[in-house]
Amino acid sequence: MSKFLKKSTLTVGGIAAMLVVAFVQETAADQSAPYNLGREALPEEVAAWDIDVRPDGKGLPVGSGDVFTGEEVWIEKCASCHGDFAEGSGRWPVLAGGIGTLASENPVKTIGSYWPYLSTVYDYVNRAMPFGNAQSLTDDEVYALTAYLLYSNDIVDDEFTLSNDNFLEVEMPNTDNFYPDDRVEVEMPLFSVEACMSDCKTDVAITMRAAVVDVTPETDGDAEVEEAAADVEATEEPAAVAEVAVVEVAALDMELVAAGEGAFRQCKSCHQVGDKARNRTGPMLNNIVGNPAGSVEGFRYSGPMEEAAAGGLVWTEEELGAFLTDPRGYMQGTKMTFRGVRKPEDIAGLIEYLKSFEAD
Amino acid sequence: MTEQFKGVKPSRRAFLRGAAAVGGATAIGTSAAAEADPAITQMKPWNQFLGEGVDARPYGMPSKFEAHVRRQDVPWLTADPISSVNFTPLHEMDGIITPNGLCFERHHGGIAEVDPAEHRIMINGLVDRELVFTMEDLMRFPRENHVYFLECAANSGMEWRGAQLNGCQYTHGMIHNVMYTGVPLRLLLEEAGVKTEGKWILPEGADASGMTRSIPMEKALDDCLVAFKMNGEALRPEQGYPVRLVVPGWEGNMWIKWLRRIEVGDQPWHHREETSKYTDLLGDGRARRFTWEMDAKSVITNPSPQAPITHGKGQTVITGVAWSGRGTIPRVDVTIDGGVNWHQARMSGPSMDKSMHRFYYEFDWDGSDLLLQSRAHDSTGYVQPTKDQLRAVRGLNSIYHNNGIQTWFVNSDGVAENVEIS
Ligand code: HEC
Ligand code: HEC
Repeated sequence: MSKFLKKSTLTVGGIAAMLVVAFVQETAADQSAPYNLGREALPEEVAAWDIDVRPDGKGLPVGSGDVFTGEEVWIEKCASCHGDFAEGSGRWPVLAGGIGTLASENPVKTIGSYWPYLSTVYDYVNRAMPFGNAQSLTDDEVYALTAYLLYSNDIVDDEFTLSNDNFLEVEMPNTDNFYPDDRVEVEMPLFSVEACMSDCKTDVAITMRAAVVDVTPETDGDAEVEEAAADVEATEEPAAVAEVAVVEVAALDMELVAAGEGAFRQCKSCHQVGDKARNRTGPMLNNIVGNPAGSVEGFRYSGPMEEAAAGGLVWTEEELGAFLTDPRGYMQGTKMTFRGVRKPEDIAGLIEYLKSFEAD
Repeated sequence: MTEQFKGVKPSRRAFLRGAAAVGGATAIGTSAAAEADPAITQMKPWNQFLGEGVDARPYGMPSKFEAHVRRQDVPWLTADPISSVNFTPLHEMDGIITPNGLCFERHHGGIAEVDPAEHRIMINGLVDRELVFTMEDLMRFPRENHVYFLECAANSGMEWRGAQLNGCQYTHGMIHNVMYTGVPLRLLLEEAGVKTEGKWILPEGADASGMTRSIPMEKALDDCLVAFKMNGEALRPEQGYPVRLVVPGWEGNMWIKWLRRIEVGDQPWHHREETSKYTDLLGDGRARRFTWEMDAKSVITNPSPQAPITHGKGQTVITGVAWSGRGTIPRVDVTIDGGVNWHQARMSGPSMDKSMHRFYYEFDWDGSDLLLQSRAHDSTGYVQPTKDQLRAVRGLNSIYHNNGIQTWFVNSDGVAENVEIS
């Protein structure tokens, strides 16, 4: 309602009639709007900014998206920071896994293990992600990504489609484990007692020193600021890992392995190797060279891969080389939607690198 | 940087002070100097030659000898400096007011550079009139001035498992205390007319993180401010220019910067910053939510690892700051022997509700090892607990709201270190 504008464009002839209207409006406004400042927001203005979503579904737009589409958008727009399976890459936030860790020494708080409401995922991705290009996703893309994040947290299966209709049916595993601040009841009485002033204890010993941990700003840690408490442990890990690696790769061509490690970056969006490797978009790739194809436990292979496995395919260096050069040419219908390794010289390195993840 | 961080290398200023002390009085007390002090006997350039004129520094900056006084970040804490934090150099400050350029920063999508002419504040949702204000409109409401501390809920969060970072800038520097000028949020809400079902508000920022938090209506109508000035000048961009929300005594994340919208609703939104973040995971795997108030807390800022004692034994000043989200700080106790005996510190400077307080404890140091702690008492009678008392209630995974008593070990050389004691 633009009464200020109206007033300034009054014609002399219309002044009496308009004044009556303005007077009526202003007395009405005066009673309720004490200062009569600002103007009323237009519906399209409210719609442009009011994008928030609540646990009861208020604010959800009409739309839908499935896990498969979500994965495609994810790989394109999210995986570079959060990892292909939302497992986090580097120090970027981990969004999947961690179920059952909340009471442990190293809780992993993810959408699956921690977040109480699905609406929070929709709202946050929609308002703030991808980092650096906020509010660029379509509603259906946000539904699809939300579906994908549910899938990567094992909350739904890969056939799942999320929409405004079934949104409230999804149950988040950790919903019931939050309760309102009770410090006033639990802590205030405990800590509101007379303080001792003299001879309060008999002996005092230093039990912990920051100098021992020595986490100078240059130290390469592994945590988000809020999660930094866990860093005491994180700083100790690299030494142990390095030791293991030395033992394992003793018989390998280290130069090739190093080259392969670089080339493996093209695979990392789908495959994991090493100690904590899990199946992601692709199977984990420990013990792959020289072993039967299609045999990683718990991974759902494509029909053609299963057939090849039943037919006795073994990942010899030759077979592997052929597969990696042109996966879909080598095996029509494979789930490995990867264009193939472009540079032939990378193949040897990749194979050597994969060999370094063989348990003995 | 590394050395200064470890607390072995005094700051440049401390060094200068130390040098002066050596030149001036090596013996204890006010004995005569062996040699004349060149600081007195030699002419300095500034004694003789003219300095810059009044047109040289239209916006004044600190002396070049204070260049080490600056916010610092800890790169390993976050993946990226854009969603990250830096820390207020508490050990270089005195009094209770934080200068604008030293106020720690925490943002989630970088510093938004908002043009005030293109900035609007909208109130929508359960109100009689959904309204839009320009900055100019905002300035026409009655204003108030208040000094409040803003502390990040994760301040000292790195210390839950034990002493980690050597310097009160890092252990306690996610706090600042400034005078805000702003319009009571109540007036804006009254202007829109909150419907009776309106029990919560959702303030939202205009930055690339679109920051949002749910705040109960009771608090919104009580003492929240929509502020546009800090310490008398416009908010700094990194503090939400041109306008931010002030939520006195409550965790800093709720003080939405670059405030552009306030929605009124009948229930909380449970957005990311009040579910994934800023909920306190306890030992049993359950989590407290809506832990808004900041518990009473204090820290000795000098001496501390970045600010060792450089003058040797004798007259020594211990100082620090204390604050509480529940009121004022009528009293702080200080111990120099690790908590065997405590002394009531001297409070100095204005004591204001939900503002920082400054305390001092002066004593004659005999040069022996010190275990320094401070303990705040707030106006509700709450006494700052030890870290172990807190851990007994909350476990180690809480991250947020660590207000436990801080210990500095100071050796006979005056070097200070972050430790924990029995
Ligand atoms: C350039 C790196 C980057 C990209 C790309 C990115 N994110 Fe993020 N993501 C981040 C950062 C950084 C944060 C934490 C932001 C903060 O501190 O507030 C985050 C946080 C999140 C969170 C909340 C994590 C938590 O535990 O609270 C979700 C969910 C998320 N991102 C989803 C996505 C989705 C979906 C995409 C793709 C559309 C995406 N991200 C793309 C960097 C990225
Ligand atoms: C876009 C995701 C994706 C990328 C990128 C990718 N893979 Fe795969 N990979 C898969 C999937 C999915 C399968 C399972 C194929 C099937 O079942 O048909 C697979 C299968 C494999 C297998 C056979 C595993 C077995 O158990 O038999 C190997 C070996 C392999 N990939 C290696 C690589 C290497 C090396 C790279 C990088 C050069 C790579 N992949 C890149 C998704 C990917």
